[in-house]
Parts: sequence; C-alpha cells; structure tokens
Amino acid sequence: MIAYIIRRLFQSILVMLVVAFISFGLFNFVGDPINNMVGQEATTEQREAARERLGLNDPFPVQFGRFVANAVQGEFGLSYRLGEPVDEILVERLPATLELVFCAALFALLLGVPAGVYTGLHRHGFMSKLLLTVSLVGISLPTFLIGILLILVFSVLLGWLPSFGRGATVDLGWWSTGFLTVGGLKALILPSITLALFQMTLIMRLVRAEMLEVLRTDYIKFARARGLSNRAIHFGHALKNTMVPVITIMGLQIGSLIAFAIITETVFQWPGMGLLFLQAIQFVDIPVMSSYLVLVALFFVVINLIVDLLYYVVDPRLRIERSTAGGH
Amino acid sequence: MATIDSSAGKSVSDTQAVPAAVSRSRFTDSLYRFLDSDVMYSFRRSPVTVIAFVVTVLFFVAAFAAPWLAPHNTFDVRTLDLMDARLPPAWVEGDNAYTTGRAEFLLGTDDQGRDVLSSIMFGMRVSLTVGFASVLVAMVVGVSLGLVSGYVGGRVDSLIMRVADIQLTFPAILIALLIDGLARTVLPPGVHDELALYVLILAIAASVWVNFARTVRGSTLVEKNKEYVQAARVIGIHPVMIMLRHVLPNVTGPVLVIATITLAIAILTEATLSFLGVGVPPTQPSLGTLIRVGNNYLFSGEWWMAIFPGVALVILVLAVNLLGDWLRDALNPKLR
Repeated sequence: MIAYIIRRLFQSILVMLVVAFISFGLFNFVGDPINNMVGQEATTEQREAARERLGLNDPFPVQFGRFVANAVQGEFGLSYRLGEPVDEILVERLPATLELVFCAALFALLLGVPAGVYTGLHRHGFMSKLLLTVSLVGISLPTFLIGILLILVFSVLLGWLPSFGRGATVDLGWWSTGFLTVGGLKALILPSITLALFQMTLIMRLVRAEMLEVLRTDYIKFARARGLSNRAIHFGHALKNTMVPVITIMGLQIGSLIAFAIITETVFQWPGMGLLFLQAIQFVDIPVMSSYLVLVALFFVVINLIVDLLYYVVDPRLRIERSTAGGH
Repeated sequence: MATIDSSAGKSVSDTQAVPAAVSRSRFTDSLYRFLDSDVMYSFRRSPVTVIAFVVTVLFFVAAFAAPWLAPHNTFDVRTLDLMDARLPPAWVEGDNAYTTGRAEFLLGTDDQGRDVLSSIMFGMRVSLTVGFASVLVAMVVGVSLGLVSGYVGGRVDSLIMRVADIQLTFPAILIALLIDGLARTVLPPGVHDELALYVLILAIAASVWVNFARTVRGSTLVEKNKEYVQAARVIGIHPVMIMLRHVLPNVTGPVLVIATITLAIAILTEATLSFLGVGVPPTQPSLGTLIRVGNNYLFSGEWWMAIFPGVALVILVLAVNLLGDWLRDALNPKLR
C-alpha cells in the first residue's frame, strides 16, 4: 500500500515536472523575453544588462530550477496583455470556473445516476430507449452548440435567463461567489447545463452498463432467492456496487469539466480561467498560458491521485489482490 | 447490396483458384471476404445503419462535389451582393424584401450575402478533410506504436504505455488546444496562417492517437501468442514483417471501429477549435467557423447563420457515430 502510494506520488511529480518543462520552454525559447521588456531603442549594453539582471545568462538547469521554485510559490510573472501579475489574475478568475464546474458536476450526477438506474432496470421500456437515443444525440452534440441552442431558446426567444456573464456576485474574502444572489444563480443555470450535458450522458451510460453487469451476478440472484424486495435489491445491493466505478469516472471527469469549461466560458462570456486561457492563446500571452497549463496540470494530477487512492480504499478486492500479488 | 455480395463471393473463389493471386492480393482478398461476411448481413438488417450510411455518403458527395453542386460559389467575390446580405431562409415571410426569404437562397444568406447552403457544403469539405487527415495520421502513428508496444514488450512497451496513460488523463480538446497554442507562439504570424490547417490536423491527431495505440496493443498481445505468429517466428521472418504481414491484418477489425468513432471525435474537435477561433484559418471556413460567425448574429434574431451549419454538423457526427456503433457490434460482439 505504502509502496503503491509512493509510486503514484513519484509518477505525479514526474508529470508535473514535464508540464513545468513545457511551460518553461514556452517562456524561454519562444521569442526573446528581453524584447518584450526593453524598448525598441535599447542599446546592446542595456539589453545585456537586463539579461544579466534577469539571470538569463545562467546555465539552463539553473534557470529551470529557478522557474520551478517560482512556480511552486505561485509566481509566474506579468501578463503581457494585461500587465498584471499572473497569479493575481488567476486567483481572481478561479472562483468563477470552480463554481461552474461544481454546479455542472452536481447536475450531471443528480440527473445521470437516476436515468442510468432507470434504463438499467427497465431495459426494454419505451422510456429507456428514448433516453438512450437522446443520449446518443447528446454525445454527437458539441458543447458549444448546446450552449448556442440554449441561449437561442431561453435568452433570445423566451428571455428567461441571462446569456452571458456571472450576474451579481458577492465577495467572501478573495472568493467572489454567484451563489448568494438571484442574478448570480440565474446566470449559472445555462452554462452549467451546457457543461453538464455531455457528462450526464456519460454517467447515464456508465451506470446503465454497470447495473446490467451487476444484476447478472450470483449475489443478486441469491438476494432474490432470499425473497428480498426489489427495492432492497436494486438500491441496497446493485446500485451500491455500481457506485465504485461511477465515483472513479466522475472524479476523472472533473478534470475534463475544467477543460471543457474553456468552451462553455467562451460561449457564455463567463469570466473564468478558461476564457482567460483562450484569450491568452489568441494574444500569445505566454505567462498566462504557461501558468494556466501548470495550474490545470496540477488539478489533473491531484484529482487523479485522489481518485486512485480512493479506489484503493473503497474497493476491498483491489487491496487483497495487490497485497497477495506483492507477497509472491 | 445483393449485386455487390454476389460479385464479391465470385471474386473470392476466383482469387482462391489462382494461387499466385492469393499472395498478390491478400488485402483485396480480405476486403472481399469482409464484404461477403455476416457484417454485410447485419448491415442490411439494420435500417438505422443503412440510413446513417446513406446520410454519410450524401454528405460526402455534397461536400466534395461542392464546387459543382453548390448553388453559389461563396469564394467568388464578384457574385456576392451586399444587398442580399442577412436574408432569412426561403420559406420565411417577412414585412419587406429584406426580411423575406428568396428561393435562390434556400437556407438564407450571411452578413456578406453568401448563400448559407453553399457555405455549409464548402465548410463541410474543410471539416471532413481535416477530420479524415487527422484520423489517418493518428491511425498510422497509433497503430505502429501499438504494434511495437504489444509485440516487443518490455521497456519499450512500458514507455509507450506510460506516455499514453499520462496523455489519456488530459482531454483531447485540451491537448489539441495546447498544441495549437504552442504552434501559434513558435511560428511567426504569417507562416502560421499558411500552416494552420496542417497544425490543426497534427494537433487533433496528437490528441487521439492513444485510442489506436491502446487497442492495437491489446489485440497484438493476444495475437502474439497464437501459433501462426510463433510459426512465422520459427521460420525466421523478420519481426517487422511479422508485425506488418501477420499481426496487422488480424487487428484491423478493432482499428476500423476505433477509426470510425475517432472520425466523429475529430470532426467535433475541429469544429470546437474553429468555433473558439483557434482552428482553421478564416480563408478556409469550416462548419465550426460558420457557427462562430453566425453566433454573432444570434441576438439580432438571425438564427439561420449559426443553426443550419450546426444542424449539418450534428447530423454528420450522429451518422458517423451510428455507423461506428453498428460496426463495433457487427465486427466483434465481445468488444465493449
């Protein structure tokens, strides 16, 4: 168990170093950072002085080490486009994205799991076939198109919900939340549905497949033989056992929710990190790009690590297999 | 379909009758066998699949024959008239000449007076080209790496699979976006515009090759231990030849399935990137670009500019997805 954790930790650190290396490469090999800082008229001596002062003449490993040390402290320099420290911009944008992702994950789970259970239990029912067809359409619908359609129907035609921005927000320390005002909550609805729809179909199909699998097992047959009620079997035994993979996939999907938030935030002009990153790409704002890269990689790695460890804790079979495999 | 089958059946017996032809046309041989197999039977028995197939073929024809079929040439500036701009679809009745659709512009016009239907046909051409090219690149890279990984094993295997594992934890769209962003920073602006299409193809290919590599590796591991591979090894055939001539033909089924599903993903990724404004160059608008432009006019009620390209995109992807689903079930019921 400890060896496993250490191996996973080592792997995560390796991934982070690779990502840090890529973002460092962005900083260093793309154009000349000095050109971005000194003016057009700067002399060669001034350039050289700036170069020396910024440590750009140091050997490569020293520079990389300094970059990592700064990155660990959350320092990524100034944004080329906005001229503000990147870490401050990111902290300002972080709550918007996280609230959006949280709501989307909640939507996906609350709608996806029941739909999956239903289609798993009533395989040949009309509703199941309908839900499955709808989910296939859902997979074929790109996220941005869902957003556009929702805006067209609920903002342009019906005028019920706002089509862009976060609405009114309340500041709790550095965290600005949209949960506490009516406008903020209203503004959350369309973007989170847009972001959640794909995940919802995914969860629904997963739960359905797992339910079908579990319902065939011996312990379900045995539970039926014991005369347990359908409800106890379906929810007490079957659903409980399907939840392990669902939790795993959901954990991993939170990472892709953050990535897909780029699209949703663009459609709804949601002031989060994704929109920031996309603007950074278009303006070649390297500090913002590389820090977003590092931050998202950190999210991914931490979530993956937690999910792997959770899986290990939740599923006793895995533990036994591993320990016996290790014992040989 | 019946005529294809009978001719296919005859060709199989023909090639089998001439021993020299068997080695020459191993590929065509297996293709004929494929056409004659129960795969074609299950195709004929599934109306949804037949419809999906017909729709896909229609879209292909419409896209690649766009210069001859499209009612207007959207790239010819001389035929554009700003007086025709922002006309609704033909069936819409408005108050005046500017809000009433005209028969010559079936699906309406955009802000430059371009016919939306023709734009869709030309845009689909770009979408399909990028989709196919990226799947092809991903397939070549993924299948080769998967074959090597599965056949050679050991360090090479764990290296390739570790890279694949790490990449799989990041969604394809993020990887494609990153590569596109990297290319944008590395290449000078003028050069980037010229190469944008190739960068895009490589970016999408880089984000989906893992699907091929993992599937082929899994199948190779199974095939590797079968007698025919061991026999080939015993008589001293070079490992590369064993991989290409013996293992590869036996893993084409799953590869075909993955390729179909990946085509849908690639088309969607391209559309998404183009919608975000980092995909194809503006001179070669794809369906995603059309939706991006149309999106600006959504609030003024001119919905047709964004919605029709969107509908075309969804139908195309849905049809390809349905084909992929059917192919998966038809080729290998055990493959989930």
